[in-house]
Amino acid sequence: MFEWLGISQQALFGQLLVGLINGAFYATLSLGLAVIFGLLNIVNFAHGAQYMMGAFVAWMGLNYLGIDYWWSLILAPLAVGLVGILLELTLLRRLYKLDHLYGLLLTFGLALIIEGGFRQAYGISGERYDIPEALNGAFNLGFMFLPKYRGWVVAASLIVCLLTWLVIERTKLGAYLRAGTENPKLLQAFGVNVPVMVTLTYGLGAALAAFGGVLAAPIFQVNAVMGSNILIIVFAVVVIGGLGSIIGSIVTGIALGLIEGLTKVFYPEGSSVVIFVIMAIVLIVRPAGLFGKEK
Amino acid sequence: MTFDRTRLGFIALVAAGLVAPYLIYPVFLMKGLCFALFACAFNLLLGYTGLLSFGHAAFFGSAAYLSGHVIKELGVPPEVGILIGTLLGLGLGLIFGSLAIRRQGIYFAMITLALAQMVFFLCLQIKETGGEDGLQGIPRGRLFGAIDLSDTLTMYYFVLAVFLIGFFFIYRVVHSPFGQVLKAIRENEPRAISLGYDTDRFKLIAFVLSAGLSGLAGATKALVFQLASLTDVHWQMSGEVVLMALVGGVGTIYGPLAGAFIIVTMQNYLSGFGSWVTIIMGCVFVACVLLFRKGVVGELSGLLTRR
Repeated sequence: MFEWLGISQQALFGQLLVGLINGAFYATLSLGLAVIFGLLNIVNFAHGAQYMMGAFVAWMGLNYLGIDYWWSLILAPLAVGLVGILLELTLLRRLYKLDHLYGLLLTFGLALIIEGGFRQAYGISGERYDIPEALNGAFNLGFMFLPKYRGWVVAASLIVCLLTWLVIERTKLGAYLRAGTENPKLLQAFGVNVPVMVTLTYGLGAALAAFGGVLAAPIFQVNAVMGSNILIIVFAVVVIGGLGSIIGSIVTGIALGLIEGLTKVFYPEGSSVVIFVIMAIVLIVRPAGLFGKEK
Repeated sequence: MTFDRTRLGFIALVAAGLVAPYLIYPVFLMKGLCFALFACAFNLLLGYTGLLSFGHAAFFGSAAYLSGHVIKELGVPPEVGILIGTLLGLGLGLIFGSLAIRRQGIYFAMITLALAQMVFFLCLQIKETGGEDGLQGIPRGRLFGAIDLSDTLTMYYFVLAVFLIGFFFIYRVVHSPFGQVLKAIRENEPRAISLGYDTDRFKLIAFVLSAGLSGLAGATKALVFQLASLTDVHWQMSGEVVLMALVGGVGTIYGPLAGAFIIVTMQNYLSGFGSWVTIIMGCVFVACVLLFRKGVVGELSGLLTRR
């Protein structure tokens, strides 16, 4: 085992792995935010709450109904996506003609309701969600041990992110989505049902967040505030990357997760603020964000 | 006509403030006034400049910590402590503001939220803030070395004076040529730019003033409750002040005052019900955004002028 600057190899790779996992979550969440923002022009403050709901739905499914992890991975995003669709149809829809800020305030209110509800029902101590049996144990990579579940989380979220990117950039549906982002009225004139598309997009964004939540359930404690904690960091990631580019949000998310992991190794005190500091620097050097276009 | 009405409003406000502690529990009133000042300061930014900051808790909370620290540990008199807290609000406002005005609209909200979260983490880590316990037992001391603030009623009149000074200051700012430019920026920024105004500069000054006044409110709050805690810098506090302005009426002079008292009253009655406070606050948010976007004062004055 070698040592470099007094940091053991084990600690370095361990933190890099944690960083990679956090980065994968940042990427999944900022991707969902970017998709929703693109079409709805709303910053979804309820995104963290939807992520938390994904984790809780999985936990409730396991403990009340005996639904295992793999089914939860499909069912929880579906359930949360449906809730998202209902919210869009009943509430968000009324705000499209108003200033963007109202969408932000409405989703913030929704986040408070959802979070408060779960906190009232389950407290804040957190619930345990066991790692599914098939993913127990670890791989020996020679230079470090990789717990199977953590490897799976990174792989699964990257695959989902890349799939989303492929759908948006390479399919007809994605072309409609991008057209709707550019000019919804023209798209409607071509016979595409834009309101339905908007509804489904919000549902998809919520489902993506919930998928991240299910993945996170066995790693972090399942609790009511898990969403808001990560969401604020994701906002900083979004400011750094810019909401304009899908691949940009994936890359930025993972890169910042890794940087955060490295900071934990070399300067632990700074790890909770490093992303915000980077955000401030980016704002000074490149105000539009790394992948953003100045409007 | 309007001049008389404004003057009447002010006289009524001052009179109500003077009489109130004989009718209502003064500590509750002081809490309401501190938050009212905070909400008025926030409204200067959202209501009159059109900038939604989601990080105002940073100014409020850090000013509470710093003024509490200098009063308790260094033994400075209360008025100096509050001044130091206000200066911290101004300074932080300058830093946050000059970063945040580089982006527009929703990004502005996200940047201020993220920067405020950074302040929260710093307050969590620094030893002087007392971590989860907060800074307790801040002595109220003697104002100008003569007036003993440990008496509740004396303290109340001091808080009332601080609030009124802040309130009139905001009123003067809003009704000055400077305030007119702020409103022009709110209504149509490109047009204000084309008229030759350096809008970034106006926005920054408005931000700094708002942050300074939020600091003043936070420092005063620390002295009232003799406590500064992590709640004061938490993002939920930033959300609360948005809600206060929204409930009362964004862009109205009296709105945030009414909104602050409504929310503080609500919190008082619901304090025994745990997380229901959060749930109900969320519901109020949703209801305000969907049904009364003008807030209580906005809707009322709308009714009056329609007649």
